[in-house]
Amino acid sequence: MQKVSEKVIARARELMHDGTVSKVVGWKAGEFFYDCEPNVFETEESLKDLVYNRFCGANLSKYMIKNSIASGGEGAGKVLVLLKPCDTYSFNQLLTEHRIDRENVYILGVGCEGMCDIDRIRERGFKGITGVLEADSGNELVITTLYGEGKVNIDDVLLNKCDSCKGKAHKIYDELISDNEDEGPRGDRFEGVRELEAMSPEQRFAFWQAELSKCIRCNACRNACPACSCRKCVFDNNASGIASKANTDSFEEKMFHIIRAFHVAGRCTDCGECTRVCPQGIPLHLFNRKYIKDINDFYGEYAAGEEAGQRGPLISFTEQDIEPGHAVVKGGN
Amino acid sequence: MQRLGVFVCWCGSNIAATVDVDRVVAEAKVQPGVVFAQDYQYMCSEAGQNIIKDAIKQYGLNGIVVCSCSPRMHEATFRKAAEAAGLNPYMVEIANIREHCSWIHKDKEAGTEKACVLMRAAVAKVLLNTPLKAGESKVVKRALVIGGGIAGIQTALDIADAGFPVDIVEKNATIGGRMAQLDKTFPTLDCSSCILTPKMVEAKTNENIRLITYAEVEEVSGFVGSFKAKIRKKARFVKEDVCTGCGVCMSKCPSKKGLNEFNMGLNNRPAIYIPFAQAIPNVAVIDKTQCIKLNTGKCGLCEKVCTAGAIDYTQQDEFIEEEYGAIVMATGFRPIDASKFDEYSYSTCKDVVTSLELERIMNAAGPTGGVLLRPSDGKHPHSIVFVQCVGSRDVSGRGKPYCSKICCMYTAKHAMLIRDKYPDVEVHVFYIDVRTPGKNFDEFYRRAAEQYDVDYIKGQVGKVWEEDGHLVVRGVDLIANEQIVLNTDMVVLATAIEPDPTARKVANMLTASIDTNDFITEAHPKLRPVESPTAGIFLSGVCQGPKDIPETVSQAGAAASKVIGLLSKNKLTTNPCVAHSDELLCNGCSCCEKVCPYGAISYDTHLINDHGVKETRRVALVNEALCQGCGACTVVCPSGAMDLKGFSNKQIMAEVEAICL
Ligand SMILES: Cc1cc2nc3c(=O)[nH]c(=O)nc-3n(C[C@H](O)[C@H](O)[C@H](O)COP(=O)(O)OP(=O)(O)OC[C@H]3O[C@@H](n4cnc5c(N)ncnc54)[C@H](O)[C@@H]3O)c2cc1C
Ligand code: SF4
Ligand code: SF4
Ligand code: SF4
Ligand code: SF4
Repeated sequence: MQKVSEKVIARARELMHDGTVSKVVGWKAGEFFYDCEPNVFETEESLKDLVYNRFCGANLSKYMIKNSIASGGEGAGKVLVLLKPCDTYSFNQLLTEHRIDRENVYILGVGCEGMCDIDRIRERGFKGITGVLEADSGNELVITTLYGEGKVNIDDVLLNKCDSCKGKAHKIYDELISDNEDEGPRGDRFEGVRELEAMSPEQRFAFWQAELSKCIRCNACRNACPACSCRKCVFDNNASGIASKANTDSFEEKMFHIIRAFHVAGRCTDCGECTRVCPQGIPLHLFNRKYIKDINDFYGEYAAGEEAGQRGPLISFTEQDIEPGHAVVKGGN
Repeated sequence: MQRLGVFVCWCGSNIAATVDVDRVVAEAKVQPGVVFAQDYQYMCSEAGQNIIKDAIKQYGLNGIVVCSCSPRMHEATFRKAAEAAGLNPYMVEIANIREHCSWIHKDKEAGTEKACVLMRAAVAKVLLNTPLKAGESKVVKRALVIGGGIAGIQTALDIADAGFPVDIVEKNATIGGRMAQLDKTFPTLDCSSCILTPKMVEAKTNENIRLITYAEVEEVSGFVGSFKAKIRKKARFVKEDVCTGCGVCMSKCPSKKGLNEFNMGLNNRPAIYIPFAQAIPNVAVIDKTQCIKLNTGKCGLCEKVCTAGAIDYTQQDEFIEEEYGAIVMATGFRPIDASKFDEYSYSTCKDVVTSLELERIMNAAGPTGGVLLRPSDGKHPHSIVFVQCVGSRDVSGRGKPYCSKICCMYTAKHAMLIRDKYPDVEVHVFYIDVRTPGKNFDEFYRRAAEQYDVDYIKGQVGKVWEEDGHLVVRGVDLIANEQIVLNTDMVVLATAIEPDPTARKVANMLTASIDTNDFITEAHPKLRPVESPTAGIFLSGVCQGPKDIPETVSQAGAAASKVIGLLSKNKLTTNPCVAHSDELLCNGCSCCEKVCPYGAISYDTHLINDHGVKETRRVALVNEALCQGCGACTVVCPSGAMDLKGFSNKQIMAEVEAICL
């Protein structure tokens, strides 16, 4: 990870320096070193803050909607974006939906060995964390703290989304910096969905009620989601009749999430950003994965964003399509 | 200010017996915006319509709700009445308190409550209605008939007779369909080809009819009045306009292993063949899977012997593109596969045949020259057992749940013909019921049973097997209440019929609806039996449901008269309830375009001023002439940019809210 990181930063500087790109969309450390957040770097100078480390979980694809539109006018130059393998699915999906001007983008595919979740590190008893370093060997990280050092197994502290990594292959790029071999997907991403499916409708309702009532309607999930990229979201549009920004009642909190899940069904690339950003720890990915699993079951395996220009099963019709009567089991499923 | 009127119909006792109309009126009067409400016995009558017209004028109503039957019945009536009184017809809403309420409920209290809810929803909707204006579209004066069986032929002849050009697209090398394969036809026992051939010839010679055989429709776009179709005419490898139909090629072709489809595979035919003597067009066709020349490059015998020079091994599929005002589906049927029913041993015993195979065996042009011989050894059978309802009325899932309608009659026909020609042959028929509704049908069946001594056994067959060179049939006789075992020489299975396997594909292409058995659905089973719910698509023949020839021909004529009615118009009024995209909300994501079944959505990239932000954006544009108002796009649009005039998201939400109140 260290080596890739150095190469990525150096290459970004080079591309900016030689004029290939005029902007870089990357990550910058926030208040703490693990608070890496998306940032648009507009000068060579500013690139000193560019980072690429175990905490760069944020998916930068969505930032390319604004940044790829040639708002700078003629000769403004391309915009460099750093994309991890999983991020490329979102990028492709946005291309499919004509939201990104590919012409104006230079994609640097960056290798990734899994991104970490600081909360999971904390859960293992570390306090006053000052650094997270790659151990010399094995699958371990060295955690330095104000009170000393410790080690953790990387697999124990990955982001939820990295538990079921889609694989190390970039689906779109102009240039690649990666040491990884693609070993295909990790883990069983539908395990949680199967558990939900096994519940009775009452149990499932209770599960979601408990989870969703934690929602504070901060809108972080929606804002981070690359599928939720509408110019004007229905929840911000007074004329839609469903606009609202606060949880006024328990019906409303559920409807927000159910409407959102329907809106992204078939377009969600399972990038995991919703669950990653939710300050309340709501497992939002379970909604999306349920849809993905159903789509796979009903229409055959489909991965949104695998290729640009795909025609998703929910927006195409074929004679082999399942009849609604076969897809729906009355009484909840 | 909204000034609404609500009119509650009793529909005689249809509504009034289950819905307290007075209460609906009373509740209507207190709805927001409602200034007038009244009930009447028959709102659709002239007197009823006058109540509406008078109220519109007297109270200056700018929107009305009629609580009555389904809008399918009388929406047009009430819109017309409103228009006559000066109100925009799209300011009329119907609350369906008959089909959706009184007809399906018994309890008057609950029925009344529901009627009030439906009324409230319609009032909530009409409050948001806006006046709309219908447009006009052209009518291309040409019809397309898909399928050249008796249904397609008759429809085309009738349309052509009225002076409109028609194209028949037939997937086989000849027109004629199943009727061409039949020997004699019930109930009059006239020879099938004797009555069909003249029709086929007429179709060929009629100057308004173009036959496009060995062809399939690949794509259809457009809408009523102006459909566009792309037709693939498969390569025959024989020049259609040069071949004289002499048949020399057939006798010289060394590849003779092809199964003769026309004879249901009971004998073989050469790779180059004319399906049958009366085929129209009477032109040979090369089966490219069997032709030696096309597969190995060698042979070429047919080209050498053809004195007309009609053979062309390099022929390619051709495409025909044409516009049509109306399309008729006449894709017919096929018998289901009998090998699914192991108990009848169809796939293992040669002497177990289907009824359609028997038609070929009895036909003079068939594999045995019309002599009744058993397929296994070509010997004369002394006993035949018929089994009716093979796969019909079968709810086990192996067969079809419906009655195939024609089997009782053709089995009686077969039994009678055999007894007549070969009085030495014993004939037994196993049946569940004998169903003979139809003119002269019961008389026909009784003649078989009484005059021709056909042994009808009420009961089902459990098993058929081969033993010492003959067949054994075990069944039950329900009337004698005993098991019976019969030794016999042949078993004939009256297999169920199902729609042609391409029906689903064709229906999807035409956006015509189809039922769970793949039969095409009518717009209304009683009142619009030859129209599909999709405007401009008509139904003819067995593709709509099992039927015999007389019924097929009457339906074909009915479909033709509907087509003629449509093609006689110079302009059609278009539905103003079309989709519209708000360019400020549109993401340009193309989701709507992908779901639009009518190809009505395209994109435009232009400068947009979004509250002061000037940006070049890609936005959706709806072609109002193509949009059919199906609403698919509005559902898929994530941002709510796409909306349907007359059925806006807001109107629907208002209705839902009024219901949930
Ligand atoms: C064994 C048997 C005996 C019968 N005996 C009698 C009888 O004695 N008396 C009687 O009244 N009725 C009888 N019938 C019923 C009679 O056959 C039908 O009523 C009649 O053939 C229906 O005609 P049709 O044109 O609807 O269908 P079909 O005859 O099936 O014609 C449909 C045509 O459409 C073509 N087609 C299908 N799909 C496509 C496509 N996608 N594109 C282009 N072309 C297509 C087919 O190739 C075919 O030529 C009998 C039926 C059977 C099975
Ligand atoms: S919630 Fe729906 S409307 Fe809002 S941004 Fe997401 S997809 Fe668009
Ligand atoms: S991020 Fe979490 S808390 Fe915020 S709106 Fe989404 S689900 Fe609710
Ligand atoms: S309503 Fe929308 S999807 Fe339906 S025909 Fe019109 S534009 Fe197409
Ligand atoms: S689906 Fe909606 S947002 Fe997408 S292009 Fe169509 S109108 Fe625009």
